[in-house]
Amino acid sequence: MKKSVFLGALTVAGLAAGVAGAATLDDVKARGTLNCGVSTGLTGFSYPDANGEWQGFDVGVCRAVAAAVLGDASAVEFVPTTGKTRFTALASGEIDMLARNTTWTFSRDVDLKFTFVGVNYYDGQGFMIPKELGVSSAKELDGATVCIQTGTTTELNLADYFRVNNISYEPVPIETNAEAQQQFLAGACDVYTTDASGLAATRATFENPGDYAVLPEIISKEPLGPLVRHGDDEWGDVVRWTLNALIAAEEYGVTSANVADLASAPTDNPEVNRLLGTEGELGAMLGLEADFAVDAIAAGGNYGELFEKNIGENTPIGLARGLNAQYTDGGLLYSPPFR
Amino acid sequence: MTTLTDPPAESFKLSMLVYDTRYRSITFQIIALIAFLLFFGWLTLNTVQNLNDLGKEVSFGFLGNPAGYDINQRLIEYDNQDTHLRAAFVGLLNTLLVAVLGCITATIVGVIVGVLRLSGNWLIARLMTVYVEMFRNVPVLMWIILAMAVLIESLPAPSAFRGDDPDSTMKLFDSVALTNRGVYIPEPLFSRGLGDISFFGAFDISVDLIAIIVVLIGSIWVSKRIGRKADATQEATGIRPTTWHIRTAVVILPTVVLLGILGFHLGYPELRGFNFQGGTHMRNSLIALWLALSLYTAAFVAEIVRAGIMAISAGQTEAAAALGLRSNRIMSLVILPQALRVIIPPLISQYLNLTKNSSLAIAVGYMDITGTLMGITLNQTGRELETVLLGMAIYLVISLIISSVMNVYNERKKLVER
Repeated sequence: MKKSVFLGALTVAGLAAGVAGAATLDDVKARGTLNCGVSTGLTGFSYPDANGEWQGFDVGVCRAVAAAVLGDASAVEFVPTTGKTRFTALASGEIDMLARNTTWTFSRDVDLKFTFVGVNYYDGQGFMIPKELGVSSAKELDGATVCIQTGTTTELNLADYFRVNNISYEPVPIETNAEAQQQFLAGACDVYTTDASGLAATRATFENPGDYAVLPEIISKEPLGPLVRHGDDEWGDVVRWTLNALIAAEEYGVTSANVADLASAPTDNPEVNRLLGTEGELGAMLGLEADFAVDAIAAGGNYGELFEKNIGENTPIGLARGLNAQYTDGGLLYSPPFR
Repeated sequence: MTTLTDPPAESFKLSMLVYDTRYRSITFQIIALIAFLLFFGWLTLNTVQNLNDLGKEVSFGFLGNPAGYDINQRLIEYDNQDTHLRAAFVGLLNTLLVAVLGCITATIVGVIVGVLRLSGNWLIARLMTVYVEMFRNVPVLMWIILAMAVLIESLPAPSAFRGDDPDSTMKLFDSVALTNRGVYIPEPLFSRGLGDISFFGAFDISVDLIAIIVVLIGSIWVSKRIGRKADATQEATGIRPTTWHIRTAVVILPTVVLLGILGFHLGYPELRGFNFQGGTHMRNSLIALWLALSLYTAAFVAEIVRAGIMAISAGQTEAAAALGLRSNRIMSLVILPQALRVIIPPLISQYLNLTKNSSLAIAVGYMDITGTLMGITLNQTGRELETVLLGMAIYLVISLIISSVMNVYNERKKLVER
């Protein structure tokens, strides 16, 4: 790990000044592939399937951006990053965007010089315990051993939560989700804490998921979203509006099944027409084809489809939409208008 | 008759800088130095320029901010409201702890294995060969991860100790608990302790510990004086007075009396809540790292020791045997003291290697300086360049200290020649 951090630092230092200022959009077009940073493996969000193909909710965002920019959802080079290497990889230009359940915080946005283009999953930090522990609230965890991924916001939330509630704990820092799973299942830690979605995804891979429970306390706000480097607003706009297109598509009922029909001729809904490029010049303003949103939606479906396919209630992960429903359904998803 | 001819008055020409052997080497050295400095100047300027373009400036101010994260193994007081600097210091102490433990163990195991590998016993010699080849030909990271996996998977969780008919029990008269979270051993406690004194307001050191160390050093010094007196008597009269019982008493008694005064007793670990409480908790991460680093380095030390012993000619062994020395006395009095001169210089490198290899600690979640300063702090503050530079400087200083101490030792052991 030291090596990669060091190499990353060297890359930051050594790469020509071009990296920071240049137009990422032109680079991606010239290269013909999108370099997208994802996690090293988190079921439902980003993981390589049996054929080595990357799958998941975060992967879907990468594929949508690749489809919007290059017209080819498979033109993505997935770069697995750990909690520690992700920001260096992005800052150094090794990846064009990061879609790795990363929490949008003030200091990451302002101090680390990144631009969060939106939120694709509203999450919060939770605790998972084996049921045999007989614990029903996080406040009963005094003296427990807690497995935690190092280099994440969860590490700081955990310290705050236990300090405020005046209870003690023993942190066991670990590097990846897989190691956490090994230690947790072996009983080397009583509790595993990370974002609630991550807990659900991890639990889904256990042999007996029913033996484990997620405690009711959600101790933090974790808005997860894709991010890009500061200073390249054109590229930031591309990623932002691709994500918004997926969210708006669900709102207007545009799905991967009907998007080709709807885009073939102007419809009665002007908002859908502008979104799909049959009216107006929105694609050209971004420096993309007029039908960029059509490609993005066709790649993996709209936001709702991506959610249901990868992490929804009918998958082993079984997450309810909750906060991640459209604002029309009482959730927080609200795409600004395509106009 | 001699004719005096003045040497031709030499006029200095620029071309002589290259063609005259007197100046040539200096010329090229100066050119190389300038090129070297220019290269580093360019590298530094480039770095500063690029960091400016990214909107980052090099600053170490973040070290004074609260760290916000917890560290499980702390040799000094630390909580998550302390600064990043103190977190780095906690990590540094953890690095030093595993390095010191590792160097000691590696030396002991290495010397034993190295000597045994030369043993006449076929089985023992071959076993030692297998050990050396196995450990030095597999990357140390594998050994560290293997050791951790074995500890986690093979030992019982603390919950296995619970209940009326538990699956596991504590070992050694209920004093030691082996769990997959670490080993809990009894801790020394003082019922009439002298308290702590604070150093620079930064960390506390137990006065009890200082008192014990002072008394121990004092009694060892007295014991040595008794030994020297016995030497003098032997020189003068030829008869060596029996002193071992006095010397043992001098070393042990004062410490025992002091421990009694301080009210020394052992605190045993017991299962309370989720974990064992009380006692000293040696975490699995420390044990795995310590074991793997020392066994790995011991394989190299064994080869160094073997080379050192083989460098001493067989005639020395035969001569010593002819004088009637037993084989273990030959080894400790004749062979090893001479072999040390060959052994020490490469041994220094192995100590340095072990210390630097301890930076792999994060693989098992051991919070060393790499894990705190160059791990979590780097991540929470985003100061890659500063933390990595600082970390490199710290490793450099540790390594230089180790080599200078070992060099002093080497000087003392070196063959004094005229």
